[in-house]
Amino acid sequence: MNTAVIKNTIIQLLNRIAPDVDAATINEDVNFRQEIGLDSFDTLQFITALSEALQVNIPEADYGKITTIRSLAEYLAVKTGN
Amino acid sequence: MIEFRMPSMGADMESGTLREWKVKPGDVVKRGDIIAEVEAQKGIIEIECFEEGVIEKLLIEIDQKVPVGTPMALIRTAGEASGAFVVTTAAGTPQQPDITATPEPNAKTPPTVEVQHVSKLTAFPKTEEIPQSPGASVETTVPKEHGLRISPLARRMAEENHIDLNAVHGTGEDGAITKADIEKAILDKTAATATATKPAATGSDTIRQAVAAAMSRSNREIPHYYLESAIDMQAALDWLAKQNTERPVQQRLLLAPVLIKAAAKALRAVPELNAVWDNGLQLKPDIHMGFVVSLRGGGIIVPAIHDADKKSIDELMAAMNDIIPRARALRLRSSELSDSTVTLTSLGEGGADKVFGIIYPPQVAVIGFGAVIQAPAVIDGQLVIRPTMHITLGGDHRATDGLSGSKFLKALKEFLQHPEEL
Repeated sequence: MNTAVIKNTIIQLLNRIAPDVDAATINEDVNFRQEIGLDSFDTLQFITALSEALQVNIPEADYGKITTIRSLAEYLAVKTGN
Repeated sequence: MIEFRMPSMGADMESGTLREWKVKPGDVVKRGDIIAEVEAQKGIIEIECFEEGVIEKLLIEIDQKVPVGTPMALIRTAGEASGAFVVTTAAGTPQQPDITATPEPNAKTPPTVEVQHVSKLTAFPKTEEIPQSPGASVETTVPKEHGLRISPLARRMAEENHIDLNAVHGTGEDGAITKADIEKAILDKTAATATATKPAATGSDTIRQAVAAAMSRSNREIPHYYLESAIDMQAALDWLAKQNTERPVQQRLLLAPVLIKAAAKALRAVPELNAVWDNGLQLKPDIHMGFVVSLRGGGIIVPAIHDADKKSIDELMAAMNDIIPRARALRLRSSELSDSTVTLTSLGEGGADKVFGIIYPPQVAVIGFGAVIQAPAVIDGQLVIRPTMHITLGGDHRATDGLSGSKFLKALKEFLQHPEEL
């Protein structure tokens, strides 16, 4: 899947979880969980929504690889067969 | 006939504003049905009904402010015919309130309605305590007028001093408003107008005020003691990781439900911590675990998970998935806000190592979970590094002492070493 489409999905879902922050303005290379202030519950909801939207499985073991928006988008591009 | 009264959703709540009725006269209600939506400091609360019967009459109008304890609706229970019911005054003479004067147009009632019907009094299972001693109080209470019980003296005082009766909390019999209540309201009003006018409160301001009121009261009234224990979390984390590799993402577990279950089981072992203090210790038979949810706008709200000890970890996770989004949207149910028997606070990842909470009255304990940190530990005489969580127990020293708290932490530590058995 196209990285731009993936990024758009990420931003939409982040905005749903944290409507008070505009995810589009977040630096792509910072830890977005810390930047937005997501706790473990929010993060699990986000990962679940992302998995369902893009039809991919994101194992817990990979959580450490996807801490920034850029790295998350690249990870998902690979997973969705780009 | 049963009066459904405005419930209290916590020690700091005094009134709510009715925003929507979810039932109308003639509807059948059973235990757990949502009867109305009320707005209070904690957002829009779905008020649940705990009676079974048919709605006879709605007593409150939309957007009306309703003090806790005020009758909101009448419910006819099984076995009663609709029609007259009687309320006695303090002097014991039955008087007919005006609410049953006209029968509903399509109600299946007999065409005539008895006006004075003393014998009906014994047929109602849930009438409130009606004092029978004549000449008991100097002020006589008269039957409800617009849903308020108030003596003529108090009513006159209120009118002369421009006191809004809907905002006064009655401390007399059956929630009646007394002269003392009006005097207090006058004092409060004078104090309020003396301070500078403040801008209109926002949602998070009112939450903050509610928290402030509860925490201040706790600090004033409850002599806290604190105990702390460092707990090796390796077993729990390993178990969790293994569970989650085998589960699709929608069924993954967080550490939180594991902690809740372990704490609930530890409370079964030390039941005096699952209690309320009201001039004496009252043990609670069920464990309803209040857990602190932080709100994105600032502030906290504390919904309860009912029967936490009876739910599996999966069921606890499902409960959290249901409750947390509603808590953050400030759309909880009345039982979720009022039923906690103990409170759990967790600062989680990136938070402080230890959290010493403040007990929410009238509960007698608060359990705090710090972040999981890599810390040195001694196992078999060797120095090792283990993922460690500092767990604290704040206790009300009127209700329990250090021994109880200590037993609790010891039990909790033990349960967390065997997560597969939770």
